[in-house]
Amino acid sequence: MTEPEKTEKKEKKERIPRQPMPEQDPRARVANFDEVPTGYSPETAMLEAKRCIQCKKPGCVSGCPVDVDIPAFVQLVADGDFLGAARKIKETNCLPAVCGRVCPQEDQCEKLCILGKKWDPVAIGRLERFVADFERSAGTVEIPTLPAPTGRRIAVIGAGPAGLTIAGDLVKMGHDVTIFEALHKSGGVLIYGIPEFRLPKSIVDSEVEYLQKIGVKIVTDAAIGRVKTIDDLFAEGFHAVFLGVGAGAPVFMNIPGENFSGIYSANEYLTRSNLMKAYRFPEYDTPIAKGRNVAVIGGGNVAMDSVRTALRLGADNATIIYRRTKTEMPARAEEVHHAEEEGVQFKFLTNPIEYIGDEKGWVRQMVCQRMELGEPDESGRRRPVVVKGSEFTIDVDTVVVSVGTMANPVIPMTTPGLETNRWGYIVTKDETGETTRKGVWAGGDIVTGSATVILAMGAGRKAAKAIHDYVMSL
Amino acid sequence: MYRITEKVVLSENIVKTVFEAPDIAKKRKAGQFVILMIDDKGERIPLTIVDSDPAKGTLTIIYQVVGKTTDQLAQLEPGDVIQHVLGPLGHPTEIEGIKTAVCVGGGVGIGVLYPIAKALKEKGTRVISIIGARTKKMLILEDETRSASDELHVTTDDGSYGYHGFVSDVLRDLIASGTKIDRVFAIGPVPMMRVVAGVTRPHQIKTLVSLNPIMVDGTGMCGACRVTVGGKTKFTCVDGPEFDGHEVDFGLLMSRLRMYVDQEQEAKERCRCGKND
Repeated sequence: MTEPEKTEKKEKKERIPRQPMPEQDPRARVANFDEVPTGYSPETAMLEAKRCIQCKKPGCVSGCPVDVDIPAFVQLVADGDFLGAARKIKETNCLPAVCGRVCPQEDQCEKLCILGKKWDPVAIGRLERFVADFERSAGTVEIPTLPAPTGRRIAVIGAGPAGLTIAGDLVKMGHDVTIFEALHKSGGVLIYGIPEFRLPKSIVDSEVEYLQKIGVKIVTDAAIGRVKTIDDLFAEGFHAVFLGVGAGAPVFMNIPGENFSGIYSANEYLTRSNLMKAYRFPEYDTPIAKGRNVAVIGGGNVAMDSVRTALRLGADNATIIYRRTKTEMPARAEEVHHAEEEGVQFKFLTNPIEYIGDEKGWVRQMVCQRMELGEPDESGRRRPVVVKGSEFTIDVDTVVVSVGTMANPVIPMTTPGLETNRWGYIVTKDETGETTRKGVWAGGDIVTGSATVILAMGAGRKAAKAIHDYVMSL
Repeated sequence: MYRITEKVVLSENIVKTVFEAPDIAKKRKAGQFVILMIDDKGERIPLTIVDSDPAKGTLTIIYQVVGKTTDQLAQLEPGDVIQHVLGPLGHPTEIEGIKTAVCVGGGVGIGVLYPIAKALKEKGTRVISIIGARTKKMLILEDETRSASDELHVTTDDGSYGYHGFVSDVLRDLIASGTKIDRVFAIGPVPMMRVVAGVTRPHQIKTLVSLNPIMVDGTGMCGACRVTVGGKTKFTCVDGPEFDGHEVDFGLLMSRLRMYVDQEQEAKERCRCGKND
């Protein structure tokens, strides 16, 4: 290729704008739980993929916690080989349909895309989603050839992102893998936490079915720590255990009136709606309060999921109450944007200090304080400071407290030799997630505290390699 | 799936169901509970385990038909299955080192009380049981409780059997007569537990109550079952289900139990309509 040709090709690529994601109209979608973005067409996907300039040293890959060979799969999309692209992603990521939807690409792969310096980065997440959806709808999900059985048995506790990832990796290495899940359905936060309109449950189900097809055994309704301890599992003949139990315990603010009826943790509100399908009550038996004036306390992705759920359940006013400003909100910009489009209201620099209930014990009002931003704290965000004498009340009939989660103590409590830190998270010796208890690894939120799906998956991958080496040395 | 092996209607609307759950049967201790979900559209409800048979691998539950889920459960016959059962959950009852205990049970709560009385008796505790129901027809487990007790008192609200009055009246008389009591276990309707706690409070007799609030996951993940005990928020599923009756905010517990009363009515009526099809 001569020099002028090269330049011309490069310029042509740069001229294609980043392809927008088609979405349900905001007015229509607040009345349903269907997925908001509808996905690229094959033509749009190929056009978007052609924007990639195939860097020699791709920044995007270094931003991916599970090292997906991004330029290679994007090139396959550009060539129209969508199934080939799916295989390429699945070499290192067993849940692409999930990651394409819920990964914060703007802080990972896409943040490091060279095109983003001058123009917009390649829409890697949208392409990943397209490829995974194409493969699934084509019904051609490939079952890899598995190596000969190693005779090693591994127990994975928790069927969330970390557990599903490690189970897939270990079974592909020839091990006999059983996942134990406390809930009646697999998926962890993907099933109970993230709403249908952001991650359709049929996708999670098919990812779980895929794992079962390749040989992963799943035991639901199994509260490890209660029905069986980690010691029991070793006694039953498991050679190693991975703990991917998440940071599932909700945090409340411990302010007066917080136990009035109508006040939920985000975990409960979302579990009722997502896992138990309360939004389809009475077809499903689990009820949920369909409030008219719903306040959601917090500024993260879980708060956005809760407030958008409230709108879909028919709230007249669904309001985010956040003690800092929009700039400090930890939620993804895309989620905030979707919430705004749908009519969610935002009250920034506001913090609840008390709830007032009626004679039936149902919450009716929330007393709030105004805040202002002071000096930055350890997290680098400016610390909210109370404005004295600024109390005011807001009428509410449903409140969702979404100010974070913490470690659930059941497994550490019942597992001798397993060290935890002062917040109850499991202490690991190195990045593989090896714990202080021989033969036990841990990864995901139970080690790091609340983080993302993809980081939990990355932890699962790293632990898989270490567990493989360990069990093969036995 | 958990197969039902036995079903007995104990009184008008109180039913006993025995089902296979071998792993849970092996581990279960008195005072613990399960969360069950009848089918994939069902609700998850907590029920205290009344008995377990590790050899047969079965669990026994006793429940009152109060809503759609319990109604549906009561219709299941031997051979039918419950889709999901999670357990054993919660802390077992502390039964060590008690000389004399009074076990007070009301209505369907007698089902939960009986295994505790039995466990205490096996530990050598002197067990005085007081069980009561609205009327004779609704009284359950009289013989079983008698066999687990050194002394048994029976009451009915309408005087159709035993002492005419409330279980709390008999307890009050026992205390007045100078019986030395180390511990009281009170299990039954919330108003009954509240009254019993009120009777023992002036005498500083430690009184444990077993709470049955609304739950979803039962593993400490959602906080639906939170109660206020001694001014602090506790999760019944992981911190309980038994708490110090002198510290529990019963008013709050009752209002939280009524949180979905309208939807429960709707579901129940819909269920009834279905039956007439």
